[in-house]
Amino acid sequence: MSSAKTNKRFLSGDEAVAFAVKLSRPDVIAAYPITPQTVIVEKISEFVAAKEIDCQFLHVESEHSAMAASMGASLMGSRAFTATSSQGLLYMCEMLHYVSGSRYPIVMVNANRTVAAPWNIFGDHRDSLSQRDSGWIQIYVENPQEALDVTIQAFKIAENPQVSLPVMVNLDGFVITHTYELVEIPDQETVDKFLPPYQTTNKLDFDNPKSLSFTASPEWQTEFRYQQYEAMEAAKKIINQVDEEYGKIFGRSYGGLVQEYRCDDADYVLVAMGSVAGTTRLVVDKLRAEGKKVGLVKLRSYRPFPKEYFQDLGKKVKAVGVIDRDISFGYEGAVYTEVKAALFQPGSQVKTLNFIAGLSGRDITKENLTEMFTKLEAIDKGEKEDEVQFIGLRWA
Amino acid sequence: MAVNIRNLPDQELFYGHKACPGCGGAIVARLALKVLGERTCVVLPASCISSVTTIYPQMSFFVNSLTSSFPASAAVLSGMAAACKAQGLEDVTVMGLAGDGGTIDIGLQALSGAVERGDNFLYICYDNEAYMNTGIQRSGLTPYGAWTTTTPTNNNAVGETKFKKNLFEIMMAHRIPYCATASVAYPNDLLNKIAKAKEIKGPKVLHVQAPCPTGWGHGSEKTVEIGKLAVQTGLWYLAEYENGKVTLNYKPKEFKPVKEYFTKQRRFCHLTEEDFRVIEEHRDNEWKILENFLRKDE
Repeated sequence: MSSAKTNKRFLSGDEAVAFAVKLSRPDVIAAYPITPQTVIVEKISEFVAAKEIDCQFLHVESEHSAMAASMGASLMGSRAFTATSSQGLLYMCEMLHYVSGSRYPIVMVNANRTVAAPWNIFGDHRDSLSQRDSGWIQIYVENPQEALDVTIQAFKIAENPQVSLPVMVNLDGFVITHTYELVEIPDQETVDKFLPPYQTTNKLDFDNPKSLSFTASPEWQTEFRYQQYEAMEAAKKIINQVDEEYGKIFGRSYGGLVQEYRCDDADYVLVAMGSVAGTTRLVVDKLRAEGKKVGLVKLRSYRPFPKEYFQDLGKKVKAVGVIDRDISFGYEGAVYTEVKAALFQPGSQVKTLNFIAGLSGRDITKENLTEMFTKLEAIDKGEKEDEVQFIGLRWA
Repeated sequence: MAVNIRNLPDQELFYGHKACPGCGGAIVARLALKVLGERTCVVLPASCISSVTTIYPQMSFFVNSLTSSFPASAAVLSGMAAACKAQGLEDVTVMGLAGDGGTIDIGLQALSGAVERGDNFLYICYDNEAYMNTGIQRSGLTPYGAWTTTTPTNNNAVGETKFKKNLFEIMMAHRIPYCATASVAYPNDLLNKIAKAKEIKGPKVLHVQAPCPTGWGHGSEKTVEIGKLAVQTGLWYLAEYENGKVTLNYKPKEFKPVKEYFTKQRRFCHLTEEDFRVIEEHRDNEWKILENFLRKDE
């Protein structure tokens, strides 16, 4: 049972993030505006101007500098936050690696938006998924409430000494960033208890001078990479723990790395990230009422990837469909590749399909999702389907 | 009290590095830290200085140091300065030490942003006039006529065909609290500019000419001689901009012939009398612009 005092406000996803940032008390925020992240930066600017938040706010001249300045703050031992989207994320790509390789626990919110060209401001996951190997933890949320809760959690995950990695919180452009919902805002005192001030030894120190983010020759590079690998493995446990602890204190938890919906006896399961999970639940309920044994797996953490969960799922279900709001040209959806690789264990009979949908803001409708479940049933019954399917394609 | 070679502390905060003998950049680093002292953080982008100093586990800086990405030194400095403010750290110097390419080409946007924001940092560009670390490729600060691996010379090609960008004027246009040009060949001038910059709040930018025996093609014992010639021929000037006022710190009575400077460096060995004339014309024009700034302030 939640013991926290709360207040409810009608907030967009971006605004919910801004409230979460305020509650998390970062020392330094550096950000550059880009649609559909802008409201986060605007709202935080209002908080700063009203002195409701005690931090240094840097109006940087680019996303590259946003991440560089965040790194500068973090390496001095300060808590740092930034937010971006799409082209901005790509523009700071180099810095993402600097930050993760130097183990600075910066939290960044990415408003998922497609990547030009064709240019478009609307949402899909091609921006963040292209940064898979940047060494950042990537968590995808479903609605404004989860955006707020996970942004607070993200600092706790990132700053855990076993992890000490940056975290990217991803929320779907417009569908989450600009959609208003009733959001419960926790009180400051309870958040302060959950998230104490940042403490680290990974900072410059005037009593004991250090070199950080240094050069490592071939003799040492592998060892540093191994430590990053280990930290990501540790993050699997910490993400689950932090989510659980948050649930005990604030009354909301999300299942950690993955969240299942009606999967216990399911034959056909859809795997989805982000806002489409909500619509999928409605479709699952409808099909369940018709007697279909269907379920949803909401994949929350893309990195670290919950390999063990999917290895286990592959033994239990008949067919799995993966919704990708992206496409890796020359192969298939990026999420599908990961899920499939984990599902197929020796002896596994599970069948799989990849649904490319919701690209650059196109809606994924209940009809689309119903069609996906129908196709999963069809391949299970032996019918032939193309493995990679573009949903709602005009000239299908 | 003015800083000079005699009252500098004996303490060395930069040694054991792997720079070439006679490296002008290494002189800048060593002298700067003698003035700035232990409570300094040095930020180094990809450059000669970073690749000869901070290779794990051998570190040559005895103050806090950090390798930043090539374009982002000034932005990293901003973040560090902001963190110092947040933590109430007032007695520390956050210093960037970047090469010419890292400053005037790939790093210019971040530097402009950081200076415009007014963040409290010192940025030193040690200018060896090409991308020396990657093997002598031209930068926006490579002088006219210089041979580099990307401005080769032959019967038809003079080498670099463009003149140096003027970082000093770019910074002045930002109405920066303090900026200056300096040279490793004039250490008293350099040291006092660093000492002055240390006391000023806000962004400070020093553009220091730092001869490079390897890239310029001169003996490692000639670094100071070459640096002096650049100033004596009027091809480099020592000036500062403070409170909106430009001061010339050293004015040669008359310029030595540029030929004296050029013939001592292999990178210029192909230049002809006609090239010298073109360069002198450009030099005279640059001085006219500078004198205009000086006159305005009278």
